[in-house]
Amino acid sequence: MIATHTLSDVRITLPTWDELLRVLLLEEYNTRVVVLGVMALGLASGLIGTFLVLRKRALTADALSHATLPGIVIAFMCMVAMGGDGKSLAGLLTGAFVFGCIGVLLIIAIRSTTRLKDDAAIGIVLSVLFGLGICLLRLATDLPSGNSAGLSGFIFGKAASMIASDTYMMVGLALFVAISTGLLFKEFSVLCFDASFGSSQGWPILLLDTVLMLLVAIVTVIALQTVGLVLAVALLIIPAASSRFWTSSVKRMLISAAIIGLLSGWLGAVVSAVIPRVPTGPIIVMICGFWFLLSLVFGTDSGVLKRQVQRVRLNRKIELQHLLRAMFELVEERESEDIPMHEILAKRSWSLSQVNAIVKRAQQLGFLNRTGNSMVRFTELGNSESKRMVRNHRLWEVYLINYADIAPSHVDRDADMIEHVLGKEMVRQLELLLAQDEIIDSPHPLGGSAS
Amino acid sequence: MSNIKKQNVRHSEHSLTAPVSIHDMTVAYQRKPVLWDVDLDIPEGKLVTIVGPNGAGKSTLIKAAMDLVPKASGLVRFYGKPFKAQRHMVSYVPQRETVDWDFPIDAIGVVTMGRYSKIGWCLPVRKKDKQVAMEALERVGMEAYAHRQISQLSGGQQQRVFLARALAQNAPICFMDEPFASVDAATERAIVEVLNELKQAGKTVVVVHHDLQTVPEYFDYVIMLNMRVVAHGDVADVFTEDNLRKTYGGRLTLLSEAAERFARQGNSH
Repeated sequence: MIATHTLSDVRITLPTWDELLRVLLLEEYNTRVVVLGVMALGLASGLIGTFLVLRKRALTADALSHATLPGIVIAFMCMVAMGGDGKSLAGLLTGAFVFGCIGVLLIIAIRSTTRLKDDAAIGIVLSVLFGLGICLLRLATDLPSGNSAGLSGFIFGKAASMIASDTYMMVGLALFVAISTGLLFKEFSVLCFDASFGSSQGWPILLLDTVLMLLVAIVTVIALQTVGLVLAVALLIIPAASSRFWTSSVKRMLISAAIIGLLSGWLGAVVSAVIPRVPTGPIIVMICGFWFLLSLVFGTDSGVLKRQVQRVRLNRKIELQHLLRAMFELVEERESEDIPMHEILAKRSWSLSQVNAIVKRAQQLGFLNRTGNSMVRFTELGNSESKRMVRNHRLWEVYLINYADIAPSHVDRDADMIEHVLGKEMVRQLELLLAQDEIIDSPHPLGGSAS
Repeated sequence: MSNIKKQNVRHSEHSLTAPVSIHDMTVAYQRKPVLWDVDLDIPEGKLVTIVGPNGAGKSTLIKAAMDLVPKASGLVRFYGKPFKAQRHMVSYVPQRETVDWDFPIDAIGVVTMGRYSKIGWCLPVRKKDKQVAMEALERVGMEAYAHRQISQLSGGQQQRVFLARALAQNAPICFMDEPFASVDAATERAIVEVLNELKQAGKTVVVVHHDLQTVPEYFDYVIMLNMRVVAHGDVADVFTEDNLRKTYGGRLTLLSEAAERFARQGNSH
């Protein structure tokens, strides 16, 4: 858009700082049109996409977007037949919308009249209607009148051809979808979480499902021009799926999906504006993909990194507990405060380096001191901590022996405060049992392997 | 039963004041009928249980009553009016497995859903509704877990959240689908407590149940079902070895087990 290129020119020209700034600040009229449109699209698709994903209908949306192709071409043919040039965007998009809806209806029809499952029904409708669209497209290019050149642009999107009036329409529709999603927050939440309960409460589930799919259809239709029908579903799914890694609340999921969609749209449009001949749609989708990767790894709710950290932490905690327990038992057995390392090593199946590492950590936490010649000794803190831990552990074991046949799901040996799980009354009873049976030691032989 | 007799029964036995009255209801999935000619009134203010072998149509009975599955024939009245007009009077605890517990919501969020129909279309959740939801959680002993993600709750805790959601609806009639299925002792106690509370408040509770052993202990009224109603009435009168054999007949192991349990129950009383 800024420099001119010949066909043989295959270099990717990097923009100057000035150009970049002009684009980023939307000073360029053409860019402004595209960026605004795409941002509105990202916002709307992030919002409705959240409910789409929660309703587990993401693939239905993919079939919907592929089904729009025959609609576009048929609308074009009708407009040409009526004597126009078939260029009216509103006309084409209406055709797309109608066929998108027909696609969804076909899926529902196949699912409810046959034994086929959703995935098969979706695959059939998606491929057949898309195939039909491609065939019709071929016919349309052979039409003597009308200009069908732009039609194939809907397959992969062609943001550069957008004009201001297109943007206004896109922004208007996107706002409509965003506001509808906000207003129907409660209703969509019930629909996605527990439809049959919702139905018992009088929510019209079928109607809500229809409204959800209609809103998705609107978003798909406005995505046609920019991202194209093949990739439209990415904008619906990826922001929503990414935001799930950051939060466990529908409300916050909506907000972050909207932000991710908005940012992806903005960045994608800017990148494709400053680097000539980079297609807008695929760039937006790739930026979405980048967000997804980022969320998958760093997500604060269920990202891979967080889960890994949690696992390592849990492992360390268990190791430390094992050490404290082993030492406590050794102190009991030996009646000496100083415990040699090799005896700790013999307590369970762990390696010397493992024990050394755990002892070091326990030292840092102030639980024990090394008393020379590979001996260790509890500190005051370590003493009380290990006592508390061993008591809890033994209470759990008594609980398992006496009550677990009725309540195994209540066993949480990791719980620091057994009272929080079992209640004060139960703990008192367990303590009585522990004293009664004189199982002051462990209910099973000491020195046994991991229990 | 002949047609003429059925007509008579309908007019003489069914009352407009019964919380739930089911008239000649037949339900079929595809080609296979699962419930035949169910015809009974559920008495007001009682703890009612539906028992029967697997596939006897226990869940189907309550789902069909609430129009969640279509009826092949027959009709159901709630205090004399169709379900559509009486929805606000009926709360429902579905089976726990019917939802995806990975859904991004916390316990109080789920319970608040019990208030949604009282709030109405497009309006936001009010403070009052949050309060009611919190009270419902307290009644099932789950207030400490109000803001816990539902995926982090144990099975029994999830069941109690479902129960709290129904309590938040504050309806005079409550249907529960297998609330005792694979729950821990604490949850079982909490549910029984809630059942008795509901009874004291004069509400009618209908529970699909699978543990015959606890029927006399927990419930007043029993509906014994095996595709058709084998017997229904007060537990003391109807929950007999004979009726159990009719209900579970053919399933020999189950039958002997049931009889044994029944005998044990009889001895202990």
